[in-house]
Amino acid sequence: MEVTSAVRKPLVTGGKTVHDVTVDVCRRVEEKPTITWFLAVAASLGLLTVGFYAVFRTLWDGIGMWGLNKTIGWAWDITNFVWWVGIGHAGTLISAILLLFRQRWRMSINRAAEAMTIFAVISAAMFPVLHMGRPWLGAYWNLPLPNTFGSLWVNFNSPLLWDVFAISTYFTVSLVFWYIGLIPDFATIRDRAQGIISRTVYGALSFGWNGSARTWERYEAVALILAGLCTPLVLSVHTIVSFDFATSVIPGWHTTIFPPYFVAGAIFSGFAMVLTLMLITRKVYKLEDYITINHIEMMNIIIIVTGSVVGVAYITELFMAWYSGVEYEQYAFLNRATGPYWWAYWTMMTCNVISPQLFWIKKIRTSIVATFILSIIVNIGMWFERFVIIVTSLHRDYLPSSWAMFQPTIYDLGVYIFTIGLFFTFFFMFAKFFPVINMAEVKSIIKATSEKAPVVQETGTTTLPEEEMAPTASKN
Amino acid sequence: MKQAKKRYWKGLEELRNDSEFVKHADKEFPEYLPMEEQSGGGSNSRRDFLKMMGFGISAATLAACEAPIRKAIPYVVKPVDVDPSIPNYYASTFIDGGDYCSIVVKTREGRPIKIAGNTRSAVTYGATSAQVQASVLSLYDKQRLQGPLMNGEPTSWEQLDADVKKKLSRGGNMALVSYTILSPTTQNAIDELLAAYPGMKHIQYDPVSADGMLAANEASFGKAALPTYNFEKADVVVSFGADFLGTWIAPTTYSSQFVKTRKPTEANPTMSRHYQFESALSLTGANADYRSQIKPSQDGAAVAQLYNLIASKVGGSRVNAPDAGEVKFLEKAANDLLKARGKSLVVSGSNDPAVQGMINAINNLLGNYGKTLDIDNPAYYRKGNDRAMEQVVSQITEGQLKGIIFYNCNPIYDFYQGEELGQALSNTDIAVSTSDRLDETAALSTHVAPDHHFLESWNDAMPRRGQLSLMQPTITPIFNTRQAQSTFLTWADSPETDYYTYLRNSWRDAIFITQGDAINFDIFWDQALYEGILEALPRPLNQGEDSSENSSAASFVGNVNSFASSISKNYSGSNEGLELVLYQKVGIGTGRQANNPWLQELPDPISKACWDNYVAIPQRMAREFGLKMREGKTKKARVTVGERSVVLPVLVQPGQAPGTISVALGYGRTKAGKVADEVGQNAYPLATKVNGYTAYYNTDVQLELLDEEYRIAQTQTHQTYMGRETVIQDALLSEYKEDPKAGRYEFKVESHDGPKDPSDISLWKGHRYPNHHWVMAIDLNSCIGCGACVVSCQAENNIPVVGRQEVINRREMHWLRIDRYYSSDEEQVEDPDYNKLEIASDNPEVTFLPMMCQQCNNAPCETVCPVAATTHSSEGLNQMTYNRCVGTRYCANNCPYKVRRFNWFKYHDNQQFSDVNVAMNDDLGKMVLNPDVTVRARGVMEKCTFCVQRIQAGKLEAKKQRRPLVDGDIKSACDDACPVDCMVFGDLNDPNSRVSQLINQEKEGRAYHVLHEIGVSPNIWYMTKIRNKDAEEEINA
Repeated sequence: MEVTSAVRKPLVTGGKTVHDVTVDVCRRVEEKPTITWFLAVAASLGLLTVGFYAVFRTLWDGIGMWGLNKTIGWAWDITNFVWWVGIGHAGTLISAILLLFRQRWRMSINRAAEAMTIFAVISAAMFPVLHMGRPWLGAYWNLPLPNTFGSLWVNFNSPLLWDVFAISTYFTVSLVFWYIGLIPDFATIRDRAQGIISRTVYGALSFGWNGSARTWERYEAVALILAGLCTPLVLSVHTIVSFDFATSVIPGWHTTIFPPYFVAGAIFSGFAMVLTLMLITRKVYKLEDYITINHIEMMNIIIIVTGSVVGVAYITELFMAWYSGVEYEQYAFLNRATGPYWWAYWTMMTCNVISPQLFWIKKIRTSIVATFILSIIVNIGMWFERFVIIVTSLHRDYLPSSWAMFQPTIYDLGVYIFTIGLFFTFFFMFAKFFPVINMAEVKSIIKATSEKAPVVQETGTTTLPEEEMAPTASKN
Repeated sequence: MKQAKKRYWKGLEELRNDSEFVKHADKEFPEYLPMEEQSGGGSNSRRDFLKMMGFGISAATLAACEAPIRKAIPYVVKPVDVDPSIPNYYASTFIDGGDYCSIVVKTREGRPIKIAGNTRSAVTYGATSAQVQASVLSLYDKQRLQGPLMNGEPTSWEQLDADVKKKLSRGGNMALVSYTILSPTTQNAIDELLAAYPGMKHIQYDPVSADGMLAANEASFGKAALPTYNFEKADVVVSFGADFLGTWIAPTTYSSQFVKTRKPTEANPTMSRHYQFESALSLTGANADYRSQIKPSQDGAAVAQLYNLIASKVGGSRVNAPDAGEVKFLEKAANDLLKARGKSLVVSGSNDPAVQGMINAINNLLGNYGKTLDIDNPAYYRKGNDRAMEQVVSQITEGQLKGIIFYNCNPIYDFYQGEELGQALSNTDIAVSTSDRLDETAALSTHVAPDHHFLESWNDAMPRRGQLSLMQPTITPIFNTRQAQSTFLTWADSPETDYYTYLRNSWRDAIFITQGDAINFDIFWDQALYEGILEALPRPLNQGEDSSENSSAASFVGNVNSFASSISKNYSGSNEGLELVLYQKVGIGTGRQANNPWLQELPDPISKACWDNYVAIPQRMAREFGLKMREGKTKKARVTVGERSVVLPVLVQPGQAPGTISVALGYGRTKAGKVADEVGQNAYPLATKVNGYTAYYNTDVQLELLDEEYRIAQTQTHQTYMGRETVIQDALLSEYKEDPKAGRYEFKVESHDGPKDPSDISLWKGHRYPNHHWVMAIDLNSCIGCGACVVSCQAENNIPVVGRQEVINRREMHWLRIDRYYSSDEEQVEDPDYNKLEIASDNPEVTFLPMMCQQCNNAPCETVCPVAATTHSSEGLNQMTYNRCVGTRYCANNCPYKVRRFNWFKYHDNQQFSDVNVAMNDDLGKMVLNPDVTVRARGVMEKCTFCVQRIQAGKLEAKKQRRPLVDGDIKSACDDACPVDCMVFGDLNDPNSRVSQLINQEKEGRAYHVLHEIGVSPNIWYMTKIRNKDAEEEINA
């Protein structure tokens, strides 16, 4: 019996040659920055500066600058933290898990997605530090450092400590993984560099990469090992973040469903954020041939899946609250849906459960405008999910005498803006100085001839129709 | 290559190749250096020199970096009885106008830091109130005057004395105005002043007057004095608007008596029954078994009706009483009173002599005189006479008074004609105030001769016939003030102007001689000072109302019919108009201590509002207005009484009688100081006259809701307990009699081997407490919610005050709070709607739940702290290590009781809080801080520690005495302050301790843990609230 695979649609369109790839990607690094880029960086730095004032006041005057109170000890701080960490899931998921699953379409998006991961984790890491009453001490007291204070040691029972390990491990591994991937591309830029500065800098960054078969072999091996290391981390980080809540006694927090629910939510929001950024990068850098509608559709499908997992989790929580017969649990969920914060709950429900279902419609999931809008809606929804979990659970827990409301101040907003500014400043710097697409990998999925391949029209489908079956276009 | 033969040499020595040179050739300085020999070993090299130099320079630099030493002044000559870090205790007396409390003052290094009740007192039984607890902070008030003033300018005492004497000696009509004088010796000093200036009269008044009661007793018994009540002996208490647990006359005394009848046990399941007929929900009404809402205009009629109901049964003559309208429970109250003749008590908060006369008649009919109340041994808490004071005002207005002396009183603020008085004060030649601050009256006076604070003063007091107590200074006067009595004696040119000597002399002459068993006056005096109290009848010191030693048993001679006819004129059950009630708050009272931030921040026990007064409106009225309070957000309203009006925020108050509104007195100070100024509005001018006496209500009031938004600072904004039986467990007495576990909610967890108690299932191995296991039992039935413990805790543990805005932000720092829960109509429903459960009943049942750290055995806070800043002690305490805390607040989030408090800001030495948190922001205020307790830094978590510093001190003391710790050695500050003994603190490991016996006894009875079902295993037991009602359906009306 003879089996013939369907001819896959080329992952890179426009008949790009290897040289085209190099030129398309390196051009952005080599050319003078555009006015748009300057404006974008200025805006990000503006946000960073405005936000820094809020950070400064928080550090100078105390956490009292925020809207927290005796009942609600965490609100925007941890909401933002979990939100950013969630966003930071997509990059590694794309690079590591999709690598292991041999999803080659990831190749043109993984670089930017990984960068996004790293910047999102940096933004996230701001909050565990800033939310502390005494960050100047907490920044290192939370580490199990041998010390001369006596028998002082960290409390390994505390999920916050697990967070410290989870986040720092995740950050380190993601950073290394990302950097390893960058080395061949840095070398390419180095080799093309005209100026002495860029040759030196990129030369240093490329760690003496010489492109020999041996280096490539090592490169592949390291990438695979790191992918293997990253894969459990993708799942563990948000699992551990969810333990902050799941191991507590607070109704609405004390839930065993949290780990899978948080991981699904993280991938959900991460993909949405990747989409948001990719759609902009694609447009501005004219990378439509690399990041195709096909990519967008694939990612939208992941959004439908994870969005539905999240939706099921919400409904399961409601069911469990009813089924548990625990008065406090029941009240917590009734209060979420009908209490003073009903609007937050229904925003979350609409954005996270209903809006991704629109992607069932092919027209929507292949529309760039619709995808862009929905990706932002999903991230709004995911922000509210964390707000709902944190604030509406805390604001009415066991003793009604302590029930309170949370009112954010401009400093809550400011610190959030600070991390947004930080994220985008990093991202725009990355977009200018680093190759936004993994050239080395992408080159492996295009025709390796010096001629231009025939241009294949974008059809928006993932596979070609049956009659177009032909010998597989191999990667050469 | 030719080898170079040339040789170069450095010196002749080298050329010569001296043996000396060869020896030193490898040295750096080959020639002989004397330095080496001097330093001994000859091992010093340039390297050593550089080392020394480097060390020297860096040591000098480091030494220069050291922080400068600040104000650490040791005792050059140490006072004999002052040891650093060892507290001294002095028995003394709190007097504020007619308010009295026998106290013990704790001093550290010569400064008073804490007040406790004097348990030897037969008047106050060791009880204290929030006001007494807070008074120690008033001592360190920076707004106190630092010396005498003349025409607004600082002056010396000599100049002031000379000027005052000159002006007083011009003669003419003069007046000395004071509040009630409780001290016989002060009265003597005043009498000397009156004798020296014959035109001078002494007038006493009280901000909240009881002169109607004095008049009624005069009419009924011929004695213008207050009776001594004994609530302890009353099985049935009926009160018409008298807030005897909170603010009426002597609440500390009455509450400790009353609560003794409210402690049912399995062996003796009885308790008194308490009816309250009132308009505004008072602390007393909140603790009543039956609370009936009446309007002030019904009050007299209801009393007369009660008289008739009783008279008709006991054969007395009925009176022509007006129809009181429908007064719920009145008949029931009459029946209960009749069943408890001689063991009942009827009291009224009215200032109308007709009503009070009628009350006397009822008590007389019931045979209560000599049993539950005693007019033969009267009490002297209120002696004021408003009509005399009014006369002073009119004399001043007419220019008839040449001079006036205000002795520690502030009538321009707290007398209802204060405004007139203020305007006319310039008509006098001289107006002297002895106020400790430039208050409303002192500011308009020509001379201010500031008096000492009571903690700096010598004095005595006779709150009740035969009960004396002494006040002694516990600190040298902080400012250049002078005791007012000395001032009076100086102006009177008395031979003895030193009040201490004067006091001793008068005790020698009047009291010592009555003490047969005392040998020597000095011993007697020292003993009296040590005890703080003395039961003795002084020889007639003064010619006051009661100087007769042979006080004969008085009999009721009042004319009931004249009382009734007066009542008919003034009361009826048919007033349709809106009525206003003026009341005092438990914390602020009459406003004397308004500048005390501890009291300002003490939440009102009922409304849980602080830093404001407001107009409380009934829920029904709020529904009509469509006004809903959320998180303290409300609107302002204008209350108009005749020509006067005030604009105040509205507070929707469940339990406020329909058709009435209420406003608290004591607010709206304008010159009390930075803390109190501009807080609330002054309601004294809204008082009116009924039957010729001041009435603290008004029956003709308009309320106009304004559009102005306002936010009241409330520490609790959610009113009901949402039917949560793990929080509040209560039962009726009848149920309790049948089942000691009545009302208990016993949650069981289903498991494979049957239902189990949640505390039997645990992931934890549990802690071992080999030595002590500190626990507390709190009786919800005794707790009256007065808040004395809250202030005591604040004083003991250096808890910051955060001010109105921060309370609005829900960040008050109190470690101990008293949760107040109203019942909801929806609780009776089978499947309650949560939204309706949030709404309190219109006349709710009230439960107070003191809430502090529960010191859980399985503490959820301990497991979540990443840096192990909160850990479990080997004595069962959940301890907080402030300097390890990094402030993640995870512990506070995970605390099911929400008792942890976070330092959102730096509350000490911070401009932002200097106006409110005076105890931590100026050098004077800081003197009140307890040196045994850390002042917490910004960014750390804090909470109740069971007063761990007291535990340690107690253990240390026992260890020093080489004995085991005895129950009662250690009392937490809250337990210590509690006037009703509702808290019992102690060691559960000691089988003989009160607390372990109580818990053993009640384990299968009333004792329960709040939130037992979540398995945190707290170390505080609560006893169910028992209400002495006949049946559940008799919900308050």
